[in-house]
Amino acid sequence: MAPSTSSALTLKVNGEKHTLSVDHRTTLLDALRERLDLTGTKKGCDQGQCGACTVLIDGRRAVSCLQLAVAAEGREITTIEGVADGDRLHPVQQAFLDLDGFQCGYCTPGQICSALGVIEEHAAGWPSAATTDIRPEAGVPELTAEEIRERMSGNLCRCGAYVSIVQAVARAARAEEETV
Amino acid sequence: MKDFGYERVHDVSGAVALLGADPDARYLGGGTNLVDLMKTGVERPTRLVDVRELPLDSVESTEDGGLRIGATVTNSDLAAHPEVRRRYPALAQAVLAGASGQLRNMATVGGNLLQRTRCGYFTDVTKPCNKREPGSGCPAVEGEHHNHAILGATEHCVATHPSDMGVALAAFDAVIGYETAEGPGELPLADFYLPVGDTPHLETALPSGALITGVTLPPAPVAAASRYRKVRERASYAFAIGSIAAALDVRDGVVREVRLAYGAVASRPWRAHAAERALTGGPASAEAFAAAADAELAAASPLPRNGYKVTLLRNLTVAVLTELTEEAAR
Repeated sequence: MAPSTSSALTLKVNGEKHTLSVDHRTTLLDALRERLDLTGTKKGCDQGQCGACTVLIDGRRAVSCLQLAVAAEGREITTIEGVADGDRLHPVQQAFLDLDGFQCGYCTPGQICSALGVIEEHAAGWPSAATTDIRPEAGVPELTAEEIRERMSGNLCRCGAYVSIVQAVARAARAEEETV
Repeated sequence: MKDFGYERVHDVSGAVALLGADPDARYLGGGTNLVDLMKTGVERPTRLVDVRELPLDSVESTEDGGLRIGATVTNSDLAAHPEVRRRYPALAQAVLAGASGQLRNMATVGGNLLQRTRCGYFTDVTKPCNKREPGSGCPAVEGEHHNHAILGATEHCVATHPSDMGVALAAFDAVIGYETAEGPGELPLADFYLPVGDTPHLETALPSGALITGVTLPPAPVAAASRYRKVRERASYAFAIGSIAAALDVRDGVVREVRLAYGAVASRPWRAHAAERALTGGPASAEAFAAAADAELAAASPLPRNGYKVTLLRNLTVAVLTELTEEAAR
């Protein structure tokens, strides 16, 4: 018997539950934008290469263009719309604004969601390809500009606002450390 | 994209039973390669069996001092794991050298092993490709092949295996565990990927419908002094044009034990046994390292536009082994 090619499912996005019926081919990116009207998440390459569609899934950054919506059921999804605390911007958002971490802004929601992941991963002690000594005994690597560039390399910015993006991530990470 | 069924499974036997009943079904892990290939029509499964929630997501020490890595462990969790970083640092470095933070959070160990080549002819369904469409030809031999294989390739296919992780696993004699409807089985990584021959569409020795359940790393004290280095066309987030995983035990200037594997040079991670034999018991010198690389690369048959890889791998061998020798002296 041919399997059913669509499913009714519930997606938890920014703390809110949405029940919808989707064709299994629907990516999380398309479900967010076309079905839930959450158009903050952007479609760039649609091939997992540019990072514009980055969201957080169970607190970890992921590209929503390669995530099937049906496979995201039961997981906590956070999009750029869910990052601020009401009218108060998240420190990462504020840092991007204050330091001009963008030009046209198209990649920015993905950059910000990715930066949230970077700050969390770094705080958890994860090394990166830029980390000289990855042994656990070496401790948490300092979040230098080189570390930020490596950790953010999955987010392309065609305007080339990288210098300011690195500064914004560094400032937001420092602010986060100070509040802990 | 062709439409397909979707099932989420919670036990290994259920997963294996579903695939046994439908040979055109595929297991879905992180989906970072499979979903992309489905979008372009390279993969056209009838059904996806989502294995992400199987209880295969832990990294555990084995009694003999090795590690057992579950198939659904994400690349991120593998690279961040303290025992991996302490005992097999080249494996953590290899994983961190691959893809991006987002993709590493999604991608699983089992999927990483089974990812497909990024050869542009394979991923373009309008082009011939013996791997995708057996017998249709290999345009890369005459065409775009600057990042294709120099070792083990045939006129039927010159594609490379894209995994960084696999290169470190090859150096550390990893064993791939799997489950089938008939029961469990295992394959050393050395036997996991099939030779290209005239059947490049047959990539692994996994039985039909088998599910990778995990990877076991035998104990390897030498691996504590190991390193992965990757060369690519930009600083980050790109596939290798050449890479090396190396581990070295050197005492009083003599090589006691060495492990070497190369990436981006063949249809599989390439364990450099000839180089290892040339080095073991001999001096740890730049000349010896170069001679060992030459011994390995003597079998290389580069294409017109990828001969640079021979020089690149030779230089990588000398550089990384020299670094490991210097560190051992400290």
